[in-house]
Amino acid sequence: MAEIRMKVNGDVESLDVEPWVSLLDALRDRLGLTGPKKGCDQGACGACTVLADGLRINSCLALAVQYDGSEITTIEGVSHPLREAFVRHDGFQCGYCTPGQICSAIGMLAEHESGMPSAVTESTHAGPTHAGPTRPEHTRERLTEAEVRERMSGNLCRCGAYNGIVDAIMDVAGQDAR
Amino acid sequence: MRPFAYVKPADIEAAVRVAATEPGAKFLGGGTNLVDLMREGIERPDTVVDVTGLPLDTVTELPGGGLRVGALVRNSVLAADRRVRARYPVLSQALLAGASAQLRNMATVGGNLLQRTRCPYFYDGAAACNKREPGSGCDALDGFNRGHAILGVSESCIATHPSDMCVALAALDAVVEVRGPDGTRRVPLTDLHRLPGGTPEIETDLARGELVTAVELPPIAAASRYRKVRDRASYAFALVSVAAALQVRDGEITEIRLALGGVAPKPWRAREAERVLLGGPADEAAFRRAAEAELAQATLRPGNAFKAGLATATIAATLRELSTGEDLR
Repeated sequence: MAEIRMKVNGDVESLDVEPWVSLLDALRDRLGLTGPKKGCDQGACGACTVLADGLRINSCLALAVQYDGSEITTIEGVSHPLREAFVRHDGFQCGYCTPGQICSAIGMLAEHESGMPSAVTESTHAGPTHAGPTRPEHTRERLTEAEVRERMSGNLCRCGAYNGIVDAIMDVAGQDAR
Repeated sequence: MRPFAYVKPADIEAAVRVAATEPGAKFLGGGTNLVDLMREGIERPDTVVDVTGLPLDTVTELPGGGLRVGALVRNSVLAADRRVRARYPVLSQALLAGASAQLRNMATVGGNLLQRTRCPYFYDGAAACNKREPGSGCDALDGFNRGHAILGVSESCIATHPSDMCVALAALDAVVEVRGPDGTRRVPLTDLHRLPGGTPEIETDLARGELVTAVELPPIAAASRYRKVRDRASYAFALVSVAAALQVRDGEITEIRLALGGVAPKPWRAREAERVLLGGPADEAAFRRAAEAELAQATLRPGNAFKAGLATATIAATLRELSTGEDLR
């Protein structure tokens, strides 16, 4: 048994956990935070997505002991315009994937803001020379619909609310929705 | 999940010592593959050695223009590194083509190197799998093997190596730095993974207790590129992928590096195709001839025979993009 301390949604929590307990199980079963969902429990669906020190991760594949000292944010700790935008744009039907979608989108917007490229980012395929990126450092690409879809591909929605999800994110990012 | 002891060593020596002396010890990085395999009961370590506290998480310059990538650098951080994007675009592209953003935020370079196959028969405890249970047979041979390997296979195993990153590293002549109980050694990436032969359960050249500490990228002058073909546009393993670097002078190919993913049990350096191309013209006929020469050694099954044609077309398209600057994605 290991004692870990995490700041979860702003509150410091001390927990005794066995090393095989996932962060997802610790959040849901020990702290009663059932926002993050156990969809596949194998890192394939993204329903368990939370923010750890600001980065989006799959909490089902994270051992809680590895996050000792971390700051964790679940949907319960989120106050972000994305919540209202998901309602406004019908970004869900059953709602099961929504906590993960919103946490993931918050992480995604921060990644994009910091200049993180994606598989569809033009400057990662800048042509045949290796002369380097043509844009100055920290200049980010425009957040296009293709970028949002690629960057959100780790979150599945079985209801197929993808169009609404993309519209909600584009709206909050200040880009015109389709 | 089966219980295990958890240790988090403060330095590399301690990590190696624990792993070398504790039977059934496994190193843990980001956990994206090992935690999943432990939950499925496929990996059953008695001791998990968490190496994420070790000081191996930086990318530094090497004398001569190369880069040294610490084994604990996260996949997302490496993909975004400006030096990698400028000098090794094939590596940045391969990383960004792999997994999802959440997984890339967690996964380490060392863990990516040592991840295990996603063959469904390997994951299915009720199926015969020589890799999971040596001597039990291979249900993939005559099973649903559309995603399986066509190069370097044996009658024991036709599972593919799942990594995108490793395919780029194979093309880049990357060198893996390994620390063991007897000191440090360097292994070319292309020698790190083994072909299955009669022992598919032995996947790498690493001895017990050996820890991957870094990957070294030698300087490269040629332009490079990664192209991945899969069943959906994002977040899927490769059916075929190609990492290539090409330099053409006066119509003649002066440098060519070609590696394939999704078609072999290890990151596959296509040496035969390179031999055909080097010193010759950079045109469509040569690209196809080279790809066909590489794939002449393929073992095709009804489920995965399509991969030979797909690999040929993908190799040709990637080299065409590199030689013309077109983006054919």
